[in-house]
Amino acid sequence: MSKYSKIIVFFICLWPIYSISYSIFDNSLGAEPVKKITHHFGEWTLIFICLTLSMSPLKKITNSNIWIKYRRMLGLFVFFYATIHMFTYIGLDYWFDWKPIINDVIKKKYIFVGFLAWLLLIPLAATSSQKMIKLLKKNWKRVHRLIYIIAIFGILHYIWLSKTIFFGPLIYLIIIIILLLFRIKFNKSSTKV
Amino acid sequence: MKKVKSSEITPERIYKNRRKFVQNLGLAAGSMFIGQNFINLAQASSNSIEQEITEYRYITTYNNYYEFGTKKSDPVENSQNFKTKPWNITIDGEVEKPLKLSVDELKNMFPIEERIYKLRCVEGWSMVIPWLGFPLYKLLDKVSPTSKGKFVKFISVLDPEQMPGQRYPILDWPYKEGLRIDEAMHPLTILVTGLYGKELPNQNGSPLRLIVPWKYGFKSAKAIVNIKLVDKMPTSSWMKASPNEYGFYSNVNPRVDHPRWSQASERVIGGGIISPRIPTTMFNGYGDEVSHLYKNMDLKKYF
Repeated sequence: MSKYSKIIVFFICLWPIYSISYSIFDNSLGAEPVKKITHHFGEWTLIFICLTLSMSPLKKITNSNIWIKYRRMLGLFVFFYATIHMFTYIGLDYWFDWKPIINDVIKKKYIFVGFLAWLLLIPLAATSSQKMIKLLKKNWKRVHRLIYIIAIFGILHYIWLSKTIFFGPLIYLIIIIILLLFRIKFNKSSTKV
Repeated sequence: MKKVKSSEITPERIYKNRRKFVQNLGLAAGSMFIGQNFINLAQASSNSIEQEITEYRYITTYNNYYEFGTKKSDPVENSQNFKTKPWNITIDGEVEKPLKLSVDELKNMFPIEERIYKLRCVEGWSMVIPWLGFPLYKLLDKVSPTSKGKFVKFISVLDPEQMPGQRYPILDWPYKEGLRIDEAMHPLTILVTGLYGKELPNQNGSPLRLIVPWKYGFKSAKAIVNIKLVDKMPTSSWMKASPNEYGFYSNVNPRVDHPRWSQASERVIGGGIISPRIPTTMFNGYGDEVSHLYKNMDLKKYF
């Protein structure tokens, strides 16, 4: 049963691929198709960050362990969509013209934090297997706390690239703040116990 | 120091020639011309260059008009019931003969011309738009600015009932913009009443907006109700929102980046999924006409 549910969740998580493919073939990407594709995957990366961060609060709220089963998959989807997002920018937007890209990474803070967030995702993806959990023991948890920093970098990336915080970036900022506040609360209550 | 590629020069030549070409055409001829959806440019040399006019559907569905919302699709969705009649405009301040008149009166005051301009948004994209309107200097001549009229301030309408974006502190409402008097008097600076041979759609700033083609798009205020001649440099809504990012001049300049993103290149709207970026040109390609306005000015400082 649990095996099937994981497969179902996996195919649901591919929704952003289906929807953008449909828009491409339907020719309904609008005035700025490249930007639309880049932003599509950027936004879905943020959504998957939020979903990943929701799993342990949901565990506490519902008193059920079922959520944790999906956390690894959701986390890997963060890396998957972040990677597509970055390559859309590098390949489709800048046609692998490295000079302006490198210039952006160095000089533009929104690109810088976005790139940094992607770099930080690499160790998380690389140590996501059961084997690595056993191998790293206590350190595994420490490494995977990087997701909090990644979430902050991700939302900063969105705020800094937008002309105004109203309303898209603001909504994600609030959601991420709430999800991170859960951590502070949990950690406090767990130390009391 | 830097080698200039031919691709970087051509756009300037294109727009200059195109403008001359377009200026020679009357309105009727201009509309027919749009029917072809692109412009043929007879170059002095043998080759002719085609510069495509952006499709009407993109010009009218992809807008920055925060009064109606911050998404690009918000203006077209939220402005359809916006009332632009009756609409009065006041031209006052440091002038000898202040004016208060309706848009219809204003439209009948001057012959309507067609101007095909490139519009470069500060966000890094551009369109080519066939506007209808008249040069601002003609209106300013009517009101006779005094010697104290050194700047022109444009104030857009304040109507939160009809403009949902104005219910939030996105910008300092009503929208305010400004030009130096010589910029305002420049023959390329126009007041716009239509596009594509038709009335100006609400989402594009109906019934009256400004267009200053060598500046970033946000300088061109929409739904204007008041044009005020003033003696001190006005503070625009964007300058107030973020003074280190949006300056008073805001001339298109590939060498002066927005603090948060590059201005060296731009995406052409309507180019499709595999269209490459194109290099942004100084003064959006109108350098021959306007660079003298900024002689001896440090454009990095006065961005």
